[in-house]
Amino acid sequence: MSVTIYVPGDSGALSLGAEKVAKAIAKEAADRGVDAKIVRNGSRGLYWLEPMVEVVTDAGRVAYGPVAAKDVASLFDAGFVTGGQHKLSLGDPEKLPYVAKQTRLTFARCGITDPLSLEDYEAHGGLTGLRNAVKMAPADIVKQVTESGLRGRGGAGFPTGIKWKTVLDTAADQKYIVCNADEGDSATFADRMIMEGDPFVLIEGMAIAGLATHATKGYVYIRSEYPHAIAVMTKAVEVARKAGVLGKSVLGSSQGFDIEIRSGAGAYVCGEETSLLNSLEGKRGVVRAKPPLPAIQGLFGKPTVINNVISLASVPIVMDKGAQYYKDFGMGRSRGTIPIQIAGNVKHGGLFEVAFGLTLGEIVDEIGGGTASGRPVKAVQVGGPLGAYFPRALFDTPFDYEAFAAKDGLIGHAGITVFDDSADMLKQARFAMEFCAIESCGKCTPCRIGSTRGVETLDKLAQNIEPEKQLALVTDLCNTMKFGSLCALGGFTPYPVMSAINHFPEDFRPATVAQAAE
Amino acid sequence: MVMQPASTELAARTAAVISEMKNLEGPLIPILHGVQEEFGYVPQESLPIIAEALNISRAEVHGVFTFYHDFRHNPAGRHVLKVCQAEACQSMGSDAIAAQIKQTLGIGFHETSKDGAVTLEPIYCLGLCACAPAAMLDGEVIGRLDADKIEEIAEEVRK
Repeated sequence: MSVTIYVPGDSGALSLGAEKVAKAIAKEAADRGVDAKIVRNGSRGLYWLEPMVEVVTDAGRVAYGPVAAKDVASLFDAGFVTGGQHKLSLGDPEKLPYVAKQTRLTFARCGITDPLSLEDYEAHGGLTGLRNAVKMAPADIVKQVTESGLRGRGGAGFPTGIKWKTVLDTAADQKYIVCNADEGDSATFADRMIMEGDPFVLIEGMAIAGLATHATKGYVYIRSEYPHAIAVMTKAVEVARKAGVLGKSVLGSSQGFDIEIRSGAGAYVCGEETSLLNSLEGKRGVVRAKPPLPAIQGLFGKPTVINNVISLASVPIVMDKGAQYYKDFGMGRSRGTIPIQIAGNVKHGGLFEVAFGLTLGEIVDEIGGGTASGRPVKAVQVGGPLGAYFPRALFDTPFDYEAFAAKDGLIGHAGITVFDDSADMLKQARFAMEFCAIESCGKCTPCRIGSTRGVETLDKLAQNIEPEKQLALVTDLCNTMKFGSLCALGGFTPYPVMSAINHFPEDFRPATVAQAAE
Repeated sequence: MVMQPASTELAARTAAVISEMKNLEGPLIPILHGVQEEFGYVPQESLPIIAEALNISRAEVHGVFTFYHDFRHNPAGRHVLKVCQAEACQSMGSDAIAAQIKQTLGIGFHETSKDGAVTLEPIYCLGLCACAPAAMLDGEVIGRLDADKIEEIAEEVRK
């Protein structure tokens, strides 16, 4: 009898010992004469249960977690290969509330399939979108993506279809599709998960973008901090090429499309699209002024679609199920689903894909289950290092691009960091400035110098040197940075700083500061 | 500054990396990665060789080399430990974890231990934000760092 056992190869699971678990299972199975096939799947994104091992039984998949290597012998003793009961039993993974409450469109296969098996991908609905696109005129593909309401998931929320239309309408001998996989924001890991767990969906999305705009070459620019994602994507591209998904003819069509994987080199600012393009060209990752838009003059001066991983990975479902199907999820002008990443000091940290519209409070308290430390939630940073800190008082804000903008915040790449009441918001504000100083590309003075002055000013405030004057200075400085920087690094660093000052004034009050210093 | 002529061995190894990647579009960053993989850092002497092969100025190569945090000016220790210092890890006490690591290894960030065993660096996000605090040792990821795991890391690098 052969049994299939899933042990995630996702780097989150690996960081918690999945490799040792996989080896222990292989050894134990061999010792006991059990014919076990171990599949290294992606993660379903329930990181407090990782490594989550799943066994295929007659009654479907049964999960166990979090499994440590030392638990493996007892799992075999309990007959887990046939779904036997064990203290780590989780039952049917699809029925876990965290999974059952989600609407998994982009992440439909992540954690379920073998990431590098194209057969598995197709058996779970993969390539249907691309097959549909092959039969369509480019303008019709663009129309469908536009009608779906899909907006850039990297953070800016620009309508994907409109970007594509500009590239389609610009004549050139060469056009490019560039995938921005420079996911540098703390609290975000959706791009990493999809690249490690379902790389073909990204490849399919890029190929569709190629067909839609007459682009024949694609680049995936992956940050060097993600070596596992780089390895999986590199292998997946080879598999796709061999199968004729990529190459001179995409699935037998008259158009070719191929993909090259590129590694970043540790510069946060390269997540900004124009500095990413410069980096791909072999230059310093300095931000470019817009216009010209990358859609008209992008990589090597050619018309370029530059989209985030999740934007591109959401295209196959739109081309498979139709624009209306996707559009029916969500609220207001935020259509479809958003993979929310719940991170930091939180009990149930992980990835939760759902239609737009949940409130911040529902996400943090109900889905996230409050803090990991058990202490009260003090602040939640939404949108990474450039996102605002939200207090409990704003927990009724619905997860929607416009609703967050109205509260002087941003959704960004949908990462949420939870902080308990031990957080010092003055320290967090200082870090925002410090990070901007470390990562500034240097082009704009307010960002390059303002961030350093910001650190100094907040340090003076912490030392209680003329505190009122320092607060006024930081506020003025933030205003200059916001309106005097070309890109979001200098322009958005004021969000975490000012939100910390406005929502948590007690941490910036001279009296408190003085007391804390004693 | 007087430029020392590159040793023939260094020049040959640099040239081999260049020839492998020269035909890529925008080859400079892949070449710098390749040179670093070859030598463990990017030797100053490699830069003019790269500039000549790509027909760009030395200043341009120097500018790109110094822009990116990844490229090393000197060899690292036998092991490289990168400890995440970004917000999600901060919320789980990465400051205290970093202090403990510095004390255990006897070095600060951007330093290499005297025996050449380990280089310690801060890193801003490994995408392990739901498994914080996180670190990376020689490319292997480590989540939910605690005192026990720090001890294991220290043992590993001292081997």
